[in-house]
Amino acid sequence: MSFREILDSGKFTVTAEIGPPKGTDIKEMYHHIEVLKGKIDVANVTDNQSAVMRISSLAVCKIVLDNGMEPILQMTCRDRNRIGLQADLLGASVLGIHNVLCLTGDHVHAGDHKQAKSVYDVESVQLLKIVEGMNIGRDMSGNEMKGATDFYAGAVVTPEANPLEPQLVKFEKKVKAGAKFFQTQAIYDMEKFKNFMAYARKFPVKMLAGIVVLKSAGMANFMNKNVPGITVPQELIEELKAAGKEKALDTGIDIAARHIRQLNDEKICDGVHIMAIGMEDKVPMIMERAGLR
Amino acid sequence: MITGEQKPFEEIWNMVKDFKKVLVFGCNTCVAICHAGGSKEAEILASLLRMRAAQEGAAIEINHAAVERHCEPEFFQPGMDNVRTYDLILSTACGVGVNLLSEHIGDIPVFPAINTEFFGAVPRSGEFTELCAGCGNCILHLTGGICPIARCSKSLLNGPCGGTNNGSCEVSPDIKCAWVQIYDRLKQLNRLDLMNEIVDAKDWSKAQGPRNFKVKLLEEIKK
Repeated sequence: MSFREILDSGKFTVTAEIGPPKGTDIKEMYHHIEVLKGKIDVANVTDNQSAVMRISSLAVCKIVLDNGMEPILQMTCRDRNRIGLQADLLGASVLGIHNVLCLTGDHVHAGDHKQAKSVYDVESVQLLKIVEGMNIGRDMSGNEMKGATDFYAGAVVTPEANPLEPQLVKFEKKVKAGAKFFQTQAIYDMEKFKNFMAYARKFPVKMLAGIVVLKSAGMANFMNKNVPGITVPQELIEELKAAGKEKALDTGIDIAARHIRQLNDEKICDGVHIMAIGMEDKVPMIMERAGLR
Repeated sequence: MITGEQKPFEEIWNMVKDFKKVLVFGCNTCVAICHAGGSKEAEILASLLRMRAAQEGAAIEINHAAVERHCEPEFFQPGMDNVRTYDLILSTACGVGVNLLSEHIGDIPVFPAINTEFFGAVPRSGEFTELCAGCGNCILHLTGGICPIARCSKSLLNGPCGGTNNGSCEVSPDIKCAWVQIYDRLKQLNRLDLMNEIVDAKDWSKAQGPRNFKVKLLEEIKK
């Protein structure tokens, strides 16, 4: 079953990330693909994540596909103009990549080429519209193309953005522009997320909750201070502290598994998106503890 | 107005050190307001360069002058005979002035002493902020008078990105999130409906140079 079919079947869907490395040594990345294959449903391939230059998302999507896993092409608007984006979308399509996550992209300021000229010729909402047009055989200028694409397009949303209202206006625009699935920023407060879902369920889209494993209380505090739209509740920070240094990661995995189990058991959303950030090896363990597979 | 900041002194010295007769040429409009390139700054820069030349034992004659504007020939044309007696013009005007003077001066080089930055407002004396990017296709009537092209780090047109952070931008806590400001302003104007419409991709062809235009009315009168 394809990603779209899995979500439509109502099965609780699990996606995780493959992060392309900087350099041509892809042994570790192959290992991550092997670890995740057969466990998760679909693998997102990040696009120069955090504006740090790496192997292109498109090339790694093809590797993922050739190794027996369905990829989601993450596509940011930071590095390519509308011509480059459309060219890569066509390229992805003919390589058999049919899922795309449309992102604006972290600013170059966050990355390792801070003097780069940011592009942002178009942004996430407009990119979704581009995909919608290409799916009916037209490029962005309205030219008829020889052969249409068949993309299942998605986008991201930050359920705990502060302030929230402008973020929701944008979420609704993304839905209008053709997003069929959403992967959220990391969430830690189940009650707040339930409130968000009560609102989001009004729209005909599939929602995958973002899960980032907490490695320590320090990491949680760091994210609270530095990552926009992420709030780790104090009680989780206390739980990590109480576990002590040795067992903090294990406790973080427990917390992630507990949240996933609750999201699944209470049918709060349609699945989860696990962002392992270097801990791809732990994803099967998280899923096992969450009672999945 | 156009804003700019004087280049690092070392960079300027390296530009001028091999010349024999240098005119530091100021502009008394925009760049004078931002204390970078008016007659006063030209005078100070000329004396700093004279001191440096004396320290290095370099025989350079360095003088200063200024006119009201460098962006219209009629302001600098009357003094061009004097200007042409130098072998380098170190302009403290904005880049527009450096370009235009270069076009008119003949075989004498014109070097920039300031980095031209943006056109901006002066919210408080001595403080300058970019509010408009001159993109050639204004949409301020749709965004509550707050320009997302100039004031959003990503020039987004459909609302804030995921980096919006308690009213600030992901790039810096010192930058306000333009889209939170636009949201608040439209709410105040009771026009939040304007935010619900998807804004199509921008026609950037109007924002890219080289750009020029002629006033249509003047053309008609000439005819």
